[in-house]
Amino acid sequence: MSDNAAASPGASSGAPPKARAQSFISALEVDVRFLGMVGALAVIWIAFHFLSGGNFLTPRNLWNLSVQTASVAVMATGMVLVIVTRNIDLSVGSILGVTGMIMAVAQADYIVPALGAGSGGVWIVTLLVGLAAGAAIGALHGYVIAYMGVPAFIVTLGGLLVWRGAAWWVASGRTIPVVDANFRLMGGGADGSVGASWSWIIAIVACVLIVFATWNARRQRKRFNFPLKPVWAEFATAGAGALAVIGATMVVNSYYLPGPLARRFAEANGLEMPPEGLFIAFGYAVPVLIAVGVGISMTFLATRTKFGRYVFAIGGNPEAAELAGINTRRVTLMIFALMGALAALAAAISTARLTSATNAQGTLDELYTIAAAVIGGTSLAGGAGTIAGALLGALVMQSLQSGMVLLGLDTPLQNIVVGVVLVLAVWIDSVYRRRLK
Amino acid sequence: MTTTKDTPLVEMRDMSISFGGIHAVDGVTVDLYPGEVVGLLGHNGAGKSTLIKILSGAYKADSGAIYINGEKVEITSPRDSKRLGIETIYQTLALADNVDAAANLFLGRELMTPWGTLDDVAMEAAARQVMGRLNPNFRKFKEPVKGLSGGQRQSVAIARALYFDAKILIMDEPTAALGPHETAQVADLIKELKRQGLGIFLISHDLHDVFDLADRVAVMKNGKLVGSAKTTDVTADEVLGMIILGKCPPGATRGPGALSDAELATAHA
Repeated sequence: MSDNAAASPGASSGAPPKARAQSFISALEVDVRFLGMVGALAVIWIAFHFLSGGNFLTPRNLWNLSVQTASVAVMATGMVLVIVTRNIDLSVGSILGVTGMIMAVAQADYIVPALGAGSGGVWIVTLLVGLAAGAAIGALHGYVIAYMGVPAFIVTLGGLLVWRGAAWWVASGRTIPVVDANFRLMGGGADGSVGASWSWIIAIVACVLIVFATWNARRQRKRFNFPLKPVWAEFATAGAGALAVIGATMVVNSYYLPGPLARRFAEANGLEMPPEGLFIAFGYAVPVLIAVGVGISMTFLATRTKFGRYVFAIGGNPEAAELAGINTRRVTLMIFALMGALAALAAAISTARLTSATNAQGTLDELYTIAAAVIGGTSLAGGAGTIAGALLGALVMQSLQSGMVLLGLDTPLQNIVVGVVLVLAVWIDSVYRRRLK
Repeated sequence: MTTTKDTPLVEMRDMSISFGGIHAVDGVTVDLYPGEVVGLLGHNGAGKSTLIKILSGAYKADSGAIYINGEKVEITSPRDSKRLGIETIYQTLALADNVDAAANLFLGRELMTPWGTLDDVAMEAAARQVMGRLNPNFRKFKEPVKGLSGGQRQSVAIARALYFDAKILIMDEPTAALGPHETAQVADLIKELKRQGLGIFLISHDLHDVFDLADRVAVMKNGKLVGSAKTTDVTADEVLGMIILGKCPPGATRGPGALSDAELATAHA
C-alpha cells in the first residue's frame, strides 16, 4: 500500500512539500484510506452537530449511536470476507430474522422449561442454538455456491426470500418476547452496560494491548534485522490508538442514568439518594463490546491465520489459489458458514435490544451491511478490504441515519441521502484506487 | 529398474485428456531423467501446457499412468504433485496479485508460529534470502505483487518453485515476460539446477531457447506426440519440421502423432 517512490531516498531529497507529507504518512505506516474515512466521519459528526443545534456530539447520542451500530457492524466484518472472495451475501438480513425467531421460540418453548426460568444457563444455550442455526444456514449457502456452482448472488437472493419466509413459519407471524433477563443484556440499555469502573478497566487493558502489540511487532522485525519504523512514528500510532480508547471511554462514562432509573438503581443497591441527584454512568454497552470483540477476532482471523491468507489469495486470483493447493471450495463454504453465525450473533443483539423477535427484524439489513463493508473500502472486484474499515463504514452509515433522525428528516428523504452517499463513497474510492496505479 | 540411471524420474505413459470432445492430449508418453532438461515443443494449442498441468495436478487425466522413480502415483490435486517434489512455474505465473512476495512464495505452505498463527516475519526473512539469490536488486517485499515489473513477478514465481527443494521442475514459458538480460539469467539458473540433479520440463514455443538448454526435445502437434529426439541427433530445422508439419526426422523416435510416409508424400505433392 505504501508509496514506493516516497520511500526511496532519491525522492525525499529536495522533494516538494507534497512528497514530504506523503513520506510522513508512509513512515507512520497507516492506511491513507482509513485516515480519509476517519476524516469523513468527523465531517459528518460536526455537520450534524451544528445542523441539529448541538444535539449530535452529546454523550447520550454517541452512546446510542454505538449501540445502534453494533448489529450491522458485527455482520459487516463477515461481509468483508465474503466480498473479498468476489462473492456477495444478500441473505444476512433474513438469516438475522430467522435466527432471532429461532432463538426466541427455542428459549420460550424449550430452554426455559428445561433449565427453569432465571437459570444462568438460559442465555448461553439460547445463543449457541442461534449460532448453530446461523452457521448451518450459512454452510448450506456455501455448499450450494462452492460445490454446486450456483453464483452467490442467486443463492443468497434465494436465501433472502426463503429465510424471511421461514422466520414467519417458525412462529406463524407472531412476535415472540424474550423472557430471559441475562439474554437481554446483550442488547444494551441501562442494565446491559458495564458501568464506569469496568469501562475504565477495559480501556486500560486495551491501552496495554496496543502498547504490547506495537512493541511485539518491533521486536519481531528486529529479530530478522528488517527496516524499523522510526520511534516517533511508533509512539504516534500507538498514542493515537490509546487516545481514541480513552476518549471513547470518557464519552460513555459521561452518559448518566436518567433520574428515575438512577433512583431505582439506588434502591436496588440500598444507596442513599443524594439531594443533587445520583450520577451513575452507563459505560460501554454490552453489544458494543461484542461488536468490538468480533472486530478484533475477525481482524486476527483475516490477517494472522492461514484461513485469512487463503481468503485474500482467492480474492486476488482464484486460479492461483487453486494451483497453490488451497481447497478453495472448502474455504468458500467456511466463509459463508461464518457469515451465517455472525448474522445469528447480530440477531441475538437486536432481539435482546427489542426484547422480542419480530417478523420484520433485519429487513434491509443486508443492504446496510454490504454498504458498510463497501464504504469501509472493501472492493467489489475482490481481493481488498479490512475489518476495521467495515466497522468504521457501519459507523458512518449509522451516523448518517441517526443524524437525519435527529434533524427530523422524513424517512423517504433519509433513504435518498443514504443511497446517494453510498454511490458517492464508492465513486470516490474508485477514483482513489485508479490514482494509486 | 536396475540402476537409478535407468529409472526415469518421471514417466507419463499414454496420457489422454479431452475437454468437451476435443482431445487436448491424446495418448502421449514422455519421460524425464534426473539432471536432464526435456524441452516440450509445439504450436499454441498443441497440448503442451495441458499435458504439464496433468503432472502438476491442475487437471486430472482421463487415462494414462504417471510413474515417479518407477513407482505409479496418483496425482489428483496440486497438493499431491507438490508432495511428490514437483514444482511448477506457470505461464500465467499464478500469483495472487493482492498480497506480497512472501505471501505468494509460501501460499498454501505457510510458516506458522508455535501459536498456530502466520509467521509473517519468518516468511519475509526466507523470501528475502531466496529472492536475494535470484534477483539481488529486489526490494519491494511489502508491496502486493501487482506493483512489480514482469521480471520481478517472474522471479517471485521462480523463487516459489525453488524454495521447497523441488526434484522435478516444470517451467511453462519461463522467459515469456523477460528481457534479454533476465532471459540469460534464467538460462544460467536452469543449467545450475540441472547440475544439482533436478529434472526439468521446459515448455516453450521459442525453438532456439529450448535447443540451447535441452538435452532432449519432445514435439507435440494437435494433442499427439510427433516424436522425441536428443538435441544432438537432430537439427533445429528438423525440429521445426516436426513442429510445423509433424514430420519425424530419422534421428528422432517416432510418436503416434507423426505423419506416415504416405501422408508425407501427399504433403510434398
